[in-house]
Amino acid sequence: MGQITLENVTKSFGSTEVIPPLDLTIEDGEFCVFVGPSGCGKSTLLRLIAGLEDVTSGQILIDGAEATTTPPSKRGLAMVFQSYALYPHMSVRKNIAFPMRMAKIPAEEQERRIEAAARALNLTDYLDRRPGQLSGGQRQRVAIGRAIVREPAAFLFDEPLSNLDAALRVGMRLEISELHERLKTTMIYVTHDQVEAMTMADKIVVLRAGHIEQVGSPLDLYRAPRNLFVAGFIGSPKMNFIEGEEAARRGAATIGIRPEHIAVSTDSGPWAGTVSVSEHLGSDTFFHVQGTGLAETITVRADGEVGFRHGDRIHLTPRDDVIHRFDEQGLRIA
Amino acid sequence: MATKASRSAARVMMAPAVVLLLGWMLVPLTMTLFFSFKKYLPLRGDSLERGLDWVGFDNYIRFVSSSSFWPSVQTTLIMVGGVLVITVVLGILLAMLLDQPFWGQGIVRILVIAPFFVMPTVSALVWKNMFMDPVNGILAHLWRFFGAEPVLWLSDASLASIILIVSWQWLPFATLILLTAIQSLDSEQLEAAEMDGAPPQKRFWFIILPHLSRAITIVILIQTIFLLSIFAEIFVTTGGAFGTRTLTYLIFQRVVDSQNIGLGSAGGVYAIILANIVAIFLMRIVGKNLDA
Amino acid sequence: MARATSTQRKLGTTLLAWAVGLLIFFPIYWTILTSFKTEAQAISDPPVFLFFDWTLENYSIVQERSDYMRFLWNSVIIAGGSTLLGILIAVPAAWSMAFVPSKRTKDILLWMLSTKMLPAVGVLYPISLIFVEFNLLDTRIGLVIVLMLINLPIIVWMLYTYFREIPGEILEAARMDGASLGKEILYVLTPMAVPGIASTILLNIILAWNEAFWTLNLTAANAAPLTAFIASYSSPEGLFFAKLSAASTMAIAPILILGWFSQKQLVRGLTFGAVK
Repeated sequence: MGQITLENVTKSFGSTEVIPPLDLTIEDGEFCVFVGPSGCGKSTLLRLIAGLEDVTSGQILIDGAEATTTPPSKRGLAMVFQSYALYPHMSVRKNIAFPMRMAKIPAEEQERRIEAAARALNLTDYLDRRPGQLSGGQRQRVAIGRAIVREPAAFLFDEPLSNLDAALRVGMRLEISELHERLKTTMIYVTHDQVEAMTMADKIVVLRAGHIEQVGSPLDLYRAPRNLFVAGFIGSPKMNFIEGEEAARRGAATIGIRPEHIAVSTDSGPWAGTVSVSEHLGSDTFFHVQGTGLAETITVRADGEVGFRHGDRIHLTPRDDVIHRFDEQGLRIA
Repeated sequence: MATKASRSAARVMMAPAVVLLLGWMLVPLTMTLFFSFKKYLPLRGDSLERGLDWVGFDNYIRFVSSSSFWPSVQTTLIMVGGVLVITVVLGILLAMLLDQPFWGQGIVRILVIAPFFVMPTVSALVWKNMFMDPVNGILAHLWRFFGAEPVLWLSDASLASIILIVSWQWLPFATLILLTAIQSLDSEQLEAAEMDGAPPQKRFWFIILPHLSRAITIVILIQTIFLLSIFAEIFVTTGGAFGTRTLTYLIFQRVVDSQNIGLGSAGGVYAIILANIVAIFLMRIVGKNLDA
Repeated sequence: MARATSTQRKLGTTLLAWAVGLLIFFPIYWTILTSFKTEAQAISDPPVFLFFDWTLENYSIVQERSDYMRFLWNSVIIAGGSTLLGILIAVPAAWSMAFVPSKRTKDILLWMLSTKMLPAVGVLYPISLIFVEFNLLDTRIGLVIVLMLINLPIIVWMLYTYFREIPGEILEAARMDGASLGKEILYVLTPMAVPGIASTILLNIILAWNEAFWTLNLTAANAAPLTAFIASYSSPEGLFFAKLSAASTMAIAPILILGWFSQKQLVRGLTFGAVK
């Protein structure tokens, strides 16, 4: 079991309020991602749940039981840190065994769980090495192994992939997702990378300045961002925002259209501009179009084979059914 | 990293060290301050039980106006100043020498650092007897070898001799710190200066010396604090005679030899004030370093 | 500098560096050498450097004086005891300051440093009074306490600078893994800080071993360590060179060896982390 509820939780450092009153429930078995730009309070929120920081006011419930003042060691949660935080003076085996040793689990049981975790994480050959002798990805797996063996109510991940190189990151992302499928344990995952959020989450919590901007499934957020911030944050490349006449014509202060929802052509389309930069990724091509009179730059995603170049004049056609409309306050107009 | 629980644990765990040091500082300091305003001559029958006479600032005035005060200040300044100049100048030269590549660096480093680990009483005695003894000392042999009359080091050149002994003890400290500082100098900076056409002396004055300035300041401040309270070297060699009575030694004599506690305590307060003036500068530097 | 130096220049530097090194080391070398001579050879003019009858006689004479061993033992107890006691008090304090820093941490650290600057002679009489009052005069426990107190700021500072290099996340990980505060310090912090703790111990043993104000002024016969033993040689002259050398060699040898191991830490410890 691992349902975590935050009720009216606030956090201040001195006179600075980093988390204004906040309510949130993470259901048992859910993969919940906190995402937001750096300094948005997502890590603080995770540390509040972990018990590494005190809440200033409000309550934290774990499985319905009051846990606001429970010390971290007694909350039954496991955490994977950004720096992995492995114990450098212990072998991999001892690292993984440490939480079980603290919980006084019998030796045979410890051994059994270590073997199982090592098998699942491909660490069997490394059990007697020190963390210093492992690669970044292996260290990450040890940190996860250390979290698994204590069979926690929930896993907390604090930007666990940000120290890995791009290729490893994709691999670990999959491994963590698979782990969640297998264990069905609640996971709370903090990241600033919206791609990680989109690909892994059951539920995404978008935070800005300690506020929850929107909570929902990845596709909810993609399809119906509640405001300009979420609209701009979720999706890559970023959504184009257009103000002025074009927006007013659609009854909004601002309209948003995602790059993948704009068609390009050489001769026809309501908007026209000049390609300033084209980025060829192979599978896709991104065009940055200027001089449309709508916004400084409009980003468009086209098929990888489309070959416009700098200076080419092109026409753009937005898909009207997926244009997002926002009012003066930046809120979505349904 | 900071919950209420961990903060209160931190306070509890810090308490023993803080309480002990607070006691160590306040109790004797208060007593010294108390005695400094009293007439307290145990040999003449003054005692704590019968109560001591309050004499106001008498002791402070008498300590300063005594005929041995100004000479002792002068001796202290010459000694501290002399040792500082010798150790810093030689320390810089030695550090630059040891920073060059040569064969046996490790061993030479060990040789150079060794005097710092010799206990003060041993170095004072070895120098006093085996080197500065006017009959059998090595220096006497050396002087006679060149046909010169051996010097009566500890009576004729007593202050210089003590400066020599103390400098020998502290040169390793200065060298080691300056060497550490030199090694942290980015060699690209020197190479850039070389590319810009700066000759070696210019590179020394405009790059190496400024880079060392912080380390030099620290060496000066720390050594000053230790040198102000130099004791064993004087105690063992001259016992404060022949113009080697420093302020510290004068206070020591007032308290221990002439048993004038009030006067000695007033002197002690002067010494504490003096040390604190130096300490404030040192702490500024160390404190800045804490923020970094 | 990653540049090839000409062999000629390196040879020159080598000669100069060795000459200076040997000159600085000479008094120690001479002391050790003299300790193996007879008293007559020790004062012979011209001095003898190598070709003399090596003898261990001086050592056995010094050794036979039963009190030499007692002085040595006092030094060991006082230096070791004050250091260990200091470590026990300083580890929790340094943990607090390194991992739960508050606005006052810096002030407390600097204040601790300032107690180190208190000139001993200024508080000599009060301390002797307190010692008389508590029957601590000329006792080992008394010196252990005083030397612990004068070195405590250095111990706290050194440990603090070492602890600060340990990432806080690792201690948090231990907390998440269910470790209590005591276990966190015992199983995670201490083993990780072993090198730092070891060099702190080493440097403080050296400082306590060589301390020569309190050890001279607060002891008479029973608790006097080697500093006082050696100081008692200050009256007899000339004829005792070889024995003085033997005693000196025995007094400095252990610390010389420890000292060579701790050169790097020396800089850090004595500059309170201002030079690393």
